[in-house]
Amino acid sequence: MSEPAHRSGTAVPLRRDDVDTDQLAPARFVPYFRPNGFTNILFADWRADPAFVLNQPAHQGATVLVAGRDFGTGSSRESAVWALQSAGFEVIVASRFGDIFRGNATMRGLWTAEIDHDVIERLWTAIEADPWLPVTVDLAARRLTCGAVESPLRIDEPLLRRLLKPGDPIAETLTRLTEIAAYEAAADGHRRTGPV
Amino acid sequence: MGRTLAEKIWSQHVVRTLDDGADLLYVDLHVLHEVNTPRAFDDLRASGRTVRRPDRTLAVEDHNTPTRKGALEDLAGRRQRELIRANCAEFSIPLHRLGDADQGIVHVIVPELGLAQPGMTIVCCDSHTSTLGALGVLAFGIGTGQVEHVLATQTLPVHRPGNLAVEVSGALPDGATPKDLALALIAQIGTGGGQGSIIEYRGEAVRGLSVEGRMTLCNMSIEAGSRAGLVAADDTTIDYLRGRLEAQGRAEVFAEAEPRWRAMRSDDDARFDLVVHIDADAVGPRVSWGTNPAQSLLIDGSIPTRADFATEEEWASARRSLDYMGLRPGQAVRDLAVSTVFLGSCTNVRIEDLRDAASVLAGRQVADGVHLLIVAGSAAVRRQAQAEGLDKVFDEAGADFREGAGCSMCCALNEDRLAPGERAASTSNRNFEGRQGKQSRTHLVSPRVAAATAVSGRLTTPEDL
Repeated sequence: MSEPAHRSGTAVPLRRDDVDTDQLAPARFVPYFRPNGFTNILFADWRADPAFVLNQPAHQGATVLVAGRDFGTGSSRESAVWALQSAGFEVIVASRFGDIFRGNATMRGLWTAEIDHDVIERLWTAIEADPWLPVTVDLAARRLTCGAVESPLRIDEPLLRRLLKPGDPIAETLTRLTEIAAYEAAADGHRRTGPV
Repeated sequence: MGRTLAEKIWSQHVVRTLDDGADLLYVDLHVLHEVNTPRAFDDLRASGRTVRRPDRTLAVEDHNTPTRKGALEDLAGRRQRELIRANCAEFSIPLHRLGDADQGIVHVIVPELGLAQPGMTIVCCDSHTSTLGALGVLAFGIGTGQVEHVLATQTLPVHRPGNLAVEVSGALPDGATPKDLALALIAQIGTGGGQGSIIEYRGEAVRGLSVEGRMTLCNMSIEAGSRAGLVAADDTTIDYLRGRLEAQGRAEVFAEAEPRWRAMRSDDDARFDLVVHIDADAVGPRVSWGTNPAQSLLIDGSIPTRADFATEEEWASARRSLDYMGLRPGQAVRDLAVSTVFLGSCTNVRIEDLRDAASVLAGRQVADGVHLLIVAGSAAVRRQAQAEGLDKVFDEAGADFREGAGCSMCCALNEDRLAPGERAASTSNRNFEGRQGKQSRTHLVSPRVAAATAVSGRLTTPEDL
């Protein structure tokens, strides 16, 4: 099952670095939160400020979030991804991502587009000037475009493939059970897999 | 060409290399806690799959367990315990429940039980799983979808990370702790400095640390963006494991495993992608000032000003953190008054940490208007503290040493939370906005500084008292 190779939508310019998963999904909601549940936990604390960018009428309905450096640092909570998706986001653009967050996002079909930070700055300026300007991420061409702003995506082949063909990784691994069992038998023979 | 310790453990666990270049990595031990797992079990059931190796799986209740008997508890915490109990019962997974003799924070009890052994791979749905690297283990945090993958297959497709060496020369001076070393490293390389890498902590200063100290160091690896952190096995590692296994009456197992464990070190000619040097002699007590763990400074310092930042953009970001934290540029760190001190978390609440704090609190009193909350990392740590009389020291000092063990105020999922705007010193690992309660203001510190701060009511070292 292949996904369309590009996603396009209006964007929210989030001028922040180090957006951690405690902002994306504040802990106090996490035990209550179920995927496809309520949407009001994303940036719950920041949204209390009427001036916060996500509260601007011009940015309602956006599907792309453009943030700064190190987006998705912190805890491994997958609810950070669910919160973004529940709030309608399909693509996160940043100049660097937290490892675990990026893995979670990829697994759940939320695209993470990594581009150079100077382009992020230009994106923010362009979107602030014209909130109707769509951002397009084209995986096949490995490019991001937004009006006059264009950038190559920093994306490696494996990530590209996983985004385009999510498949069912568990089903794929389950086809290798014989190999896994053989590994276990050999490792047990060498007394190599702990704990003893 | 020699190999690094991480490369050795990795290659010993590759079931096969997949088409996309990822390695299907075998997981020796999979640990679960109550918060990030319900959906993994739901999805497992929905797809008609089962837990392949319950004997290599272990579950713990720790994240939102109450720490006071009879405390008012919110429904979510109870509900999540019910869920993990039902899930573990259904799939025959051993579970350390609230109230059990060996319950506690997942990263504290796994080594306590002797389950973290050199050369193993361990995963858990918690980013601080890297703590276990202190014992020469490749241990890292995973998301809920990956939890499901490991439950169903006991493996995980992962791309091989890079190798980052952190060489720590010299020795930590008196008054400086592994926590200060960790904060110094993250300040130096940033929240993304270890990204895509496994950190191996090396050098004289690391060799000189206890296993507990190494756990603190490895624990904070994730705060530098690393996948994992580890320390090669040596006499210290071996002695720790011997103690654990002898206590369990399993000395014969130890004898057989020791030579294998001792081999769990990097070759002398191993090549790292990057080497970062830190001089331990220059590390002093540190305090975080901002809203991410890279924003810390020596306690002798003052809150940063415009002059401390190269660009207007960096300053704008720092100023946002300062505004949130209610700080003025140029303020002396030692002038900052706190109303709560939290001594807890997988970073800093093993027995050594409690001893450190008790040595500062002995014969002293917690300042009026300050709440010193102490939550042991595990029921076993708490029992040991009682056996050593530390509980009496805490009581006499006026500290609130809770009966329960768990994550408590580190992630503020249970009832232990800071009030909006409240300033706290905390031995935990994250000073994120709202981390310890909505609008909470957290300063990360070592246990020694936490205890001294509780006594003076301001950010303080024991030497200042």
